[in-house]
Amino acid sequence: MKIVVCVKQVPDSAAAIVVEDGKVNWGDAPIVINPWDEYAVEAALQLTEKYGGDVVALSMGGDKAKEALKHALAMGCSEAILINDPELAEMDASGAAKVLAAGIQKVGDVEMAIFGKQAIDNDTGVTPAMTARVLGWPMISLISAVENIADGSIKAKRFMEEGNQIFESKLPAVASIVKDYSDPRYPSFMGIRKASRAEIPNLTAGDLGISKPENKVKWFGVDNPPVRDITNEKIEGETPEEIAANLVSKIMEEKVL
Amino acid sequence: MAKILVFIDQYKGEAGMASWEALLAGKMLADKLGGGLSAVIVGSGVEALANTAFHYGAEEVFLADDVSLADYRAEAYALGLAKATEAADPEVVLFPTTTRGRELAAMLAIDTDSGVLVDATEMDVEDGAVVATRPIYAGKVIAKVKCEAKPQIITLRARAFGKPEADESLSGNITKLDGLMAEADIATKVLDTEMVEGGVSLTDANVIVSGGRGVSNNAGLEVPGDITDEKEIEIWKATQGFGLIQELADVLDAAVGASRAAVDANYISYAHQVGQTGKTVAPDLYIACGISGAIQHMAGMRSSKVLVAINKDGDAPVFKEARYGVVGDLFDVLPAITAEFKKQLGK
Ligand SMILES: Cc1cc2nc3c(=O)[nH]c(=O)nc-3n(C[C@H](O)[C@H](O)[C@H](O)COP(=O)(O)OP(=O)(O)OC[C@H]3O[C@@H](n4cnc5c(N)ncnc54)[C@H](O)[C@@H]3O)c2cc1C
Ligand SMILES: Nc1ncnc2c1ncn2[C@@H]1O[C@H](COP(=O)(O)O)[C@@H](O)[C@H]1O
Repeated sequence: MKIVVCVKQVPDSAAAIVVEDGKVNWGDAPIVINPWDEYAVEAALQLTEKYGGDVVALSMGGDKAKEALKHALAMGCSEAILINDPELAEMDASGAAKVLAAGIQKVGDVEMAIFGKQAIDNDTGVTPAMTARVLGWPMISLISAVENIADGSIKAKRFMEEGNQIFESKLPAVASIVKDYSDPRYPSFMGIRKASRAEIPNLTAGDLGISKPENKVKWFGVDNPPVRDITNEKIEGETPEEIAANLVSKIMEEKVL
Repeated sequence: MAKILVFIDQYKGEAGMASWEALLAGKMLADKLGGGLSAVIVGSGVEALANTAFHYGAEEVFLADDVSLADYRAEAYALGLAKATEAADPEVVLFPTTTRGRELAAMLAIDTDSGVLVDATEMDVEDGAVVATRPIYAGKVIAKVKCEAKPQIITLRARAFGKPEADESLSGNITKLDGLMAEADIATKVLDTEMVEGGVSLTDANVIVSGGRGVSNNAGLEVPGDITDEKEIEIWKATQGFGLIQELADVLDAAVGASRAAVDANYISYAHQVGQTGKTVAPDLYIACGISGAIQHMAGMRSSKVLVAINKDGDAPVFKEARYGVVGDLFDVLPAITAEFKKQLGK
């Protein structure tokens, strides 16, 4: 079974991000693999460990995206591909989906394309379903466990707001993974060594046989959120009851209940 | 006429407040753009819901109602939605930012060769098009975006567009859609559903009481003798702590939230997690108990109106963003707070 796992490079979730001169600036915060995509890589690896096959990590981005791919390789992916083409910079989600779909097709014979739930930079969470639609494959989102894969079909459990759905779907399919699946493994020493030596091929739009998809979403710019001016007030009291009485009176005055 | 189409996200015939908020936001756009307001409902046996949509302002409902739509399956729902979009020919399609809403908006964008603006918190109209404000980088940055194709597809953050009110005197027209997917053509089959315990939905909640790792930290609690395993003792203590949180939540009709540390330690299920990798919430009142206030947690609840923090450690970062802070042990303070609210609210 061949699985493609799509990974993105993002600034660390703890980064203090500010807008300066109309641009997003995360200072010297490290750039890491998108945390949700680590779960996707883990799921892909566990599936091929159980059912055989290979995991190809795929990313679209600049040179920095190589670090996300190296992390995926260090975790155990057998191959990594970077779609790196200045032509394809500043792409919206629908454009990214079209390019990733072309990348998945280029790999060929893929039974599952596994995505993270959401990228923590732009917070859109729409690329997986868009890619599924471009490929014409079923979208099986928010998978928390896979029960079985056999005869071109997958039986799995997915998260919904109201509970879980146990379902069966034909493959190939696009899946996204939630954290209940399993904690992502740490890269092994051997894995890190292998990843550091790996040559990651750069593909261009031309290599994929596509031209630049047209952006549908136009950005007018970014800004810092309005500063919230919060007065901190410590609630004191001699006993829990006294503290509670003081706090509850304050909250009642806020008229939020 | 610039028609606005709103997707009503129903499950087993019920829709959450976020869908009605989307109708209210749609009404605002329809007034500015000078068009009508329609809704689309996809499901099985959901005609009754059309009436609720009329009460919340829809003038017309497109109904994709078929047994094949009893369970949520993305492809089947996406086709129903695409049929409604074709029939309504809207300028703008709005969705609540729920899991299904987000997914179907994405699929519709590809089906109509458009794009999607996700999780908008504000909308303005400029030159006949919608300019949406959306938080990115977990709310650390605000972006202004526009969808330059037709239809403009936008998902809306819960509680960001006001409180809708139903007017039972309103009614409208229902248009039934056909050409839906035949069961044999749907690639997924649902075998079973496991429902989680009900309770107030986090994203719709007006009040949230959340617990963190601190809920298991009570040395004074007497653990039943038959629990000896260290992890089991910790979970047992956490259950007592979340019990206190639940009691306060019950008095306030609040939803129960949690930090990732509490979820990772198996104190409570992931569905309750608030933060960058959990839910983004914006209640009027958020009470954080035994939560330190890590940046990834604050990212999910920063836009709460009034934040109250209860923490043993007076230096915990959560106090910097809290309107009211109580430095104390949650096991001592919470029961007293619950009792006081009961008294003051007359419950
Ligand atoms: C990529 C990434 C994504 C993340 N996403 C999220 C997310 O979505 N949501 C999230 O919450 N976190 C997230 N985190 C984790 C986050 O960094 C913190 O580790 C987590 O929020 C800490 O949870 P906590 O405050 O419950 O635990 P701690 O930081 O351990 O804090 C426990 C607090 O409880 C207090 N306490 C202890 N006992 C008591 C008592 N008896 N009474 C009162 N107070 C007490 C302590 O003083 C302490 O402040 C993420 C981290 C990463 C790296
Ligand atoms: N440029 C990219 N390269 C590879 N995968 C991506 C890229 N952008 C998004 N993805 C995948 O799509 C998921 C959702 O991203 P998003 O829709 O941007 O929130 C991520 O978790 C990744 O798995």
